[in-house]
Amino acid sequence: MSSSLMNKLGHDRQAFLLSDTGSKVFLSLLVIMSLLVIVGNLMIPETSALHISTYTVTLLGKYLCFALLAMSVDVIWGYCGILSLGHGAFFALGGYGMGMYLMRQIGDRGVYGDPLLPDFMVFLNWQELPWFWYGFDQFWFAMLMILLVPGLLAFVFGWLAFRSRVTGVYLSIMTQALTYALLLAFFRNEMGFGGNNGLTDFKDIVGQDLQADSTRVSLFVISAIVLAFAYLLSRWILQSKFGRVIISIRDAEARTRFLGYRTESYKVWLFVYSAVLAGIAGALYVPQVGIINPSEFAPLNSIEVVVWVAVGGRGTLYGAIAGAILVNFAKTRFTAIFPEAWLFALGGLFVVVTVFLPKGIVGLLAKRNKKNNGPDNKVAEADV
Amino acid sequence: MLLRFTYHSVLRLLFVFAACYPFNSMAQDVLVPVLSEGNGSIEDTVPTIASVSERLAGAKLKEVAAIVNELETVGGTQVLPLFQALIDGDLFYTKGDKRIVIAKRIDSSKQYLLKDAISGDELGTVEKKKIRKVKTNNRLRSGIRTTIARLHLFSDDVSLRQGAISNMSEKLTQDNVNLLLQAKQTEKNKSVRASIEVALAMYQLDAGERSEKLAAIGLLKGNLDPTVRNKLATVVESESDKSIAQAAAAALKTIEGKITFYGYLETLFFGLSLGSVLLLVAAGLAITFGVMGVINMAHGEMIMLGAYTTYVIQLLMPNHIALSIFIAIPAAFIVSALFGILIERGVIQFLKGRPLETLLATFGISLILQQFVRSIFSPLNRQVATPEFMSGALEINSVFSITYNRLYILVFALLVFFILQLILKKTSLGLNVRAVSQNRDMAKAMGIRTEWVDALTFGLGSGIAGLAGVALSQITNVGPNLGQAYIIDSFMVVVFGGVGNLWGTLVGGFSLGVLNKFLEPATGAVLAKIIVLVGIILFIQKRPRGLFPQKGRAAE
Amino acid sequence: MKKLLSACALSLVASVTMAADTIKVGVLHSLSGTMAISETTLKDTVLMMVEDQNKKGGLLGKKLEAVVVDPASNWPLFAEKARELLVKEKVDVIFGSWTSVSRKSVLPVIEELNGLMFYPVQYEGEESSKNIFYTGAAPNQQAIPAVDYLMNDLEVKRWVLAGTDYVYPRTTNKILEAYLKSKGVAEKDIMINYTPFGHSDWQGIVSSVKKFGSEGKKTAVVSTINGDANVPFYKELGNQGISAEDIPVVAFSVGEEELSGFDTKPLLGHLAAWNYFQSAEADVNDEFIAKWKAFIKDDKRVTNDPMEATYIGFKAWAKAVEKAGSTEVDKVRPAMYGIEVANLTGGTAKVLSNHHFTKPVLIGEIQEDGQFEIVWSTEKEVAGDAWTDHLTESAKIVANWQDPKINCGNYNTETKKCSGQNY
Repeated sequence: MSSSLMNKLGHDRQAFLLSDTGSKVFLSLLVIMSLLVIVGNLMIPETSALHISTYTVTLLGKYLCFALLAMSVDVIWGYCGILSLGHGAFFALGGYGMGMYLMRQIGDRGVYGDPLLPDFMVFLNWQELPWFWYGFDQFWFAMLMILLVPGLLAFVFGWLAFRSRVTGVYLSIMTQALTYALLLAFFRNEMGFGGNNGLTDFKDIVGQDLQADSTRVSLFVISAIVLAFAYLLSRWILQSKFGRVIISIRDAEARTRFLGYRTESYKVWLFVYSAVLAGIAGALYVPQVGIINPSEFAPLNSIEVVVWVAVGGRGTLYGAIAGAILVNFAKTRFTAIFPEAWLFALGGLFVVVTVFLPKGIVGLLAKRNKKNNGPDNKVAEADV
Repeated sequence: MLLRFTYHSVLRLLFVFAACYPFNSMAQDVLVPVLSEGNGSIEDTVPTIASVSERLAGAKLKEVAAIVNELETVGGTQVLPLFQALIDGDLFYTKGDKRIVIAKRIDSSKQYLLKDAISGDELGTVEKKKIRKVKTNNRLRSGIRTTIARLHLFSDDVSLRQGAISNMSEKLTQDNVNLLLQAKQTEKNKSVRASIEVALAMYQLDAGERSEKLAAIGLLKGNLDPTVRNKLATVVESESDKSIAQAAAAALKTIEGKITFYGYLETLFFGLSLGSVLLLVAAGLAITFGVMGVINMAHGEMIMLGAYTTYVIQLLMPNHIALSIFIAIPAAFIVSALFGILIERGVIQFLKGRPLETLLATFGISLILQQFVRSIFSPLNRQVATPEFMSGALEINSVFSITYNRLYILVFALLVFFILQLILKKTSLGLNVRAVSQNRDMAKAMGIRTEWVDALTFGLGSGIAGLAGVALSQITNVGPNLGQAYIIDSFMVVVFGGVGNLWGTLVGGFSLGVLNKFLEPATGAVLAKIIVLVGIILFIQKRPRGLFPQKGRAAE
Repeated sequence: MKKLLSACALSLVASVTMAADTIKVGVLHSLSGTMAISETTLKDTVLMMVEDQNKKGGLLGKKLEAVVVDPASNWPLFAEKARELLVKEKVDVIFGSWTSVSRKSVLPVIEELNGLMFYPVQYEGEESSKNIFYTGAAPNQQAIPAVDYLMNDLEVKRWVLAGTDYVYPRTTNKILEAYLKSKGVAEKDIMINYTPFGHSDWQGIVSSVKKFGSEGKKTAVVSTINGDANVPFYKELGNQGISAEDIPVVAFSVGEEELSGFDTKPLLGHLAAWNYFQSAEADVNDEFIAKWKAFIKDDKRVTNDPMEATYIGFKAWAKAVEKAGSTEVDKVRPAMYGIEVANLTGGTAKVLSNHHFTKPVLIGEIQEDGQFEIVWSTEKEVAGDAWTDHLTESAKIVANWQDPKINCGNYNTETKKCSGQNY
């Protein structure tokens, strides 16, 4: 019995070796893209045909944030079998952290000229800044919160859930309820997060004008660097002994527990790590798109992230990234051409991928490569 | 069983309907003290009904009010049809000869059937272009209603008299009081008499002697009518005689106590009603998720399909709204069940044992179905009419009434639940379903066609979602997003109640509904919902298998 | 990814080589997602106006060309698509947005790239951007006259302010509350209630409205309840026996288009306040309705207030372009001020220096056919006020883009300063 587990592990190590080529391709592509953007946007004059417009830069920056989010979902779903339908919540919380920092940076340049209160508080007649807005004028504090708040929420939720062995679909439904509850909460104006309008009209970030091309390119490059770094870190974690245990939990949780591992703490820490990644993605996303509002908490968004991962191929980090970028690129193009048909296409994609491509596009490519190494019948794995 | 219920309820509903909404028969020509001048002045200076009413043609709103007053004094009961038409928005004038007519639209054509507003002579049909409406607004209408009430005070119809009194007791002018006194003498009906006495007692509070006032307070004690309460409250505030004010305050306190009690009852009913909606939307899920273990994210869309089926059936039979609802019940069941079976055969059977993938695939299906109805029916909400028997409320007293649509949905939900129980417990299909859900392989070994059972179970669950759609079409919008609004709620109910246990769904639905409604007044609707959601999340951590966990082997 | 880059580069080349011999009109309305219900109509209205203008020979001797994008009811996407319109498509003007949040999302982009946008929906005010013209009603062109009507004509003494919990109802109710109090209405005679989007279970709230209204004083509901939640709300009102004569509801977000999805029975006699109703009797209106029905090829389609706002905005822009002799934003914008165009209710709409318009306020009663019977209207057009006078913070702020001494959208009359200007 345990030999089959060992086989599994061996098989996964193989997958990692394979992913190494994938990693190389992915990282070099990322570097090339960043260089292209820097040169194309800042050095080539606007009149030239090779100029990369700011529009494209922010679009690509957005894709990178989504890629990071997709990777964070893949870390827990692909490697630990925990399907979170609420990762949008962590993404949005990170985004709100950044949004609050950016709001405080506006200072007295808001339309009412109030030095302390953001505009939306002024016209709703708030007299003083709510306690949870304090500190967000400091960049370091905001950054800390961006890591801490999603992490803490994930810790509390994960600790409660994993300890009482809420697993599988129950956990998925609970995560969905979590993000739904947060959606409703953030919609409330009394919460002090700007209600439905959210936070917008940002001016600058660490002293840099947000509307300047150089800031936008910097944000893009930072996103690329963070993505690369997070990718390497995740790969390192998953290849370490910790990662091995995680994978064995995915494949046979009861057995791993019987071997003496406290599976719930492994799961909690991985869940926290993943939530923090999602939070960072959200924080990078907000200054690039210029708005954060409660619709980011919508359950639909979280489910869409899962689809990106499924399309790209779960269980391979670059698969998730490729999936996120491909689906979003398709969305940008598709909605421009046939807005009506987009939902048909997206829905069809869900069905086709889950029924016919359980390992996504990357799995499809890998299967073709592995034909030399003998047939591989293990397509689907038990998730519960 | 189902048929018997529907037949029965139709009868009952019709009865209730007839009792509460009598045909608006015009009052007979009972006298109204219209004083005729009788001084024999020259004819053209005396205003006649015709000469006054003719001024309505093209009158501005402000002028209409004055003309109506004049008409009442001049015409008395003769102008009742005209007033009624004015309230109903049926009063027009012809563009050519400025004749005041009552016009009724012929079905949905552009033709209107004209009658003379005063003589009632038929004037044939004309096109809409030839006539123009006499303008009214709310204020005018409410004034006219009081006028009509005065004229109805001596009607033969008990409920008309009752309505007239309650209308008049809000405006206790000396004229009205005189009329009421007059009516009291002739009134035979007990409850109408009581109402008149209450109205007169309220008048006494203003105009009576001290003893009369105290007697009036004694009479009014415990009366829940809001006008009575308001009257007593003003007495408490403004009465200079202390003992009267005290008596009034005591009476008011009794009333307030009663109102609080009925307030709780009302909230309880609201909670049960919300619970019945939750039960309906979750019952189908309890089958597909609880019994089959399939996460059907397209469950909400099954509800939506049921609602759209109701809409289509109504389109097919626009003149039989009430009947269409009863036809929609089986039709919605069949449509949703067929879609369910299609989904099961087409997608879900390939994902057996992979619940998370089923979740994603069915979510994809839900997107497709939403876009599907959007393409066919347009993204706009569709209009589903409410049959008469489902509108209005059953008035238990003046502070507590139960709306019929909610009441029927409550009954419907319980009925669906028990029929479902019956199917699962007493039929061979139910036996097979339970066998497959407990031990698939063993059931197969015993010769049960598990695939066939799976498809039927899924169909059953989806069909019940369709029934929920029929009910929802009566209380909310029928649009492509209908299902989305309920999917998370229904999952919560099933998980909270305990998967695989229908009774758990029943208890879960009702307790969440009641909890929500009792929280709502204190916290507001949004916060109540958030608290309930967070409560469920925490509860599940404590008891991962819900309120009523499945016991035994099947649990693992 | 290379593919992606080359695709981007390709589309870029394409847009550069596109000759600029047409005037481009950007349309930024959601064609999918939750807002598509309302916004698709406005997209079609702009397309109709463009077609109409082209039949008259275009503008400045050039043809107009509509560029339609779909921001899919996704607020960040509004900003992205606005940038696409201005940078990639190089449009001369944008007609778009419905919700406040989408406008707020677009605003920094339009200001940064110095675009020009017309926003056609009634909104909460508290904004006057250099680059946006607000063709819908400000609160003083809808909410306040409606309350005046209820107070003076219906003698309403008790007020329920019910709204969906988002910025428009919040602000409107704040303004109304302050206004009512200034008129001597006591705190206890005002009830404020907020519900989430798409709220469907109104039992408790309607019951408390009923109780609130049974205290012997005439009560009215001022409803800023949004879209979907209205049907169950009115149904519940009807079922609990509250008629328009007992407690009238005046709504700010229920128009002809919304009513076309309603069973109008429970709504009869309830009110709505707008600047335009399809039933308005004017020749221009008949013409507009006929044109619309022909354009959309559907005899049952209705017209509504945001469509009129789009119409006014388009006409004013076209006039300003002719006056300026150019489509350049810096020339068109100054040309806009003072321009007068005929509105569809038989009056004129004048462009004010605070980027709002003058508009008549109409109150209509809902009829069985889903149309409104106009029961009241202001004597003449009301000038739109960007910053309400009824809230202390915004009372001191004025917007004036014409006066060189002020030249900003939020001039603080106390500190004599404009804050937060990006230019």
